[in-house]
Amino acid sequence: MTEQTSGAEEGGLVFHPMDQFRVTPLFGDGPVGIFTVTNVTLWMGLTVLCIFLLLVLGTSRRALIPNRIQSIGELAYGFIFKMVEDVSGKDGVKYFPLIMTLFMFIVFSNFLGLLPGAFTTTSHIAVTAVLAMGVFLFVTILGFVKHGFGFLSVFWISSAPLVLRPILAIIEIISYFVRPLSHSIRLAGNMMAGHAVIKVFAAFAAIAVISPFSVIAITAIYALEVLVAFIQAYVFAILTCVYLKDALHPHH
Amino acid sequence: MAKTPSDVPVEPGMPQLDFTTFPNQMFWLFVTIVAIYFVLSKIALPRIGAVLSDRQDTIEHDLARAEELKQMAEDAEKAYNKALADARIEANNIINDTKLEMKAELGRKIADADLQIAERAKESEQKLNDIKAKAKSSILDVANEIAIDIVVKVSPGPIDEKLIMKSVSQKVTE
Repeated sequence: MTEQTSGAEEGGLVFHPMDQFRVTPLFGDGPVGIFTVTNVTLWMGLTVLCIFLLLVLGTSRRALIPNRIQSIGELAYGFIFKMVEDVSGKDGVKYFPLIMTLFMFIVFSNFLGLLPGAFTTTSHIAVTAVLAMGVFLFVTILGFVKHGFGFLSVFWISSAPLVLRPILAIIEIISYFVRPLSHSIRLAGNMMAGHAVIKVFAAFAAIAVISPFSVIAITAIYALEVLVAFIQAYVFAILTCVYLKDALHPHH
Repeated sequence: MAKTPSDVPVEPGMPQLDFTTFPNQMFWLFVTIVAIYFVLSKIALPRIGAVLSDRQDTIEHDLARAEELKQMAEDAEKAYNKALADARIEANNIINDTKLEMKAELGRKIADADLQIAERAKESEQKLNDIKAKAKSSILDVANEIAIDIVVKVSPGPIDEKLIMKSVSQKVTE
């Protein structure tokens, strides 16, 4: 469906599954310049607002016995903190705010995108690619700063037989440079596909006979998308932790 | 679907690949990430971390205090049991001592009583002997008198009182 052209017509049905991803100016319609306030601005702003409400206002009482919102905030904190500690090691805890930022941004963008009529910022490759490239450059530079050229030993698998090591090194290098690509496309692709599928089913609801099935299907896909929204944020964060671990401990 | 502004020409393809919107998205993403990072690293995360460690401290403190109190309770129980055992031993000692004392006292009293009884018996025997002797002499006197009276009545001539008394005493002692 990613190849579907918006405006295609099939038997009187109008499919515009990709229109929900359009970046449009919020005020007026001119071209989209770099500083134009667009729906991207709106939904990213809402993401920041939600994170602020949950993690800052929700914890403002600093209660020893937390209320519900504070519990959720603490749960998120503990969840990501433990993940960083387990995956990246004790010295990875220094970069916990970074991972937390990525996770909170993605998870709130994904969930806000599930609101009817919402714009999903994380469904855009421009957003996820920047995040993934940021992570990639960060861990690569961090690796070289921490270990100098010793960081290159991440490609040299010393536990493998000597004959295989050069071949493995080539594979490792390729896979290392593919990381930002898979990292970004996984998130954007998942978000885009789910939302597009919901739209396609919604278009079918125009036919009275099919509409009950359509509603059931949308409900089912929506439930799946709720799951995917969390899982993709989690996957993005845990992969970042894994890359961070490689940068901090390149020796296998 | 209805979100498409009707006056914007609908271009085919994915909006994700519309590169003219990339700078805009990247700019706002940068602003957003920086904002979130500062909110989290300056306010939210230190605060939540502090709350969590406070709670951990409180729980540990409470646990330590509970442990202490439990220790105190155990000590008190031990002391109580010890006091109980001591008291029991003490009571046994007192009982034994008292028993021994009573036995000794009893022995002494019995001995005293025996002595007194023996004394009394001796006295009584003495008295009995006296009475016996007295009774004997009384009997002799009475017998003499009677014998003399009888002899005086039956014999015409003078009488030898001494002789009579002698024979009477002879007869009585037999």
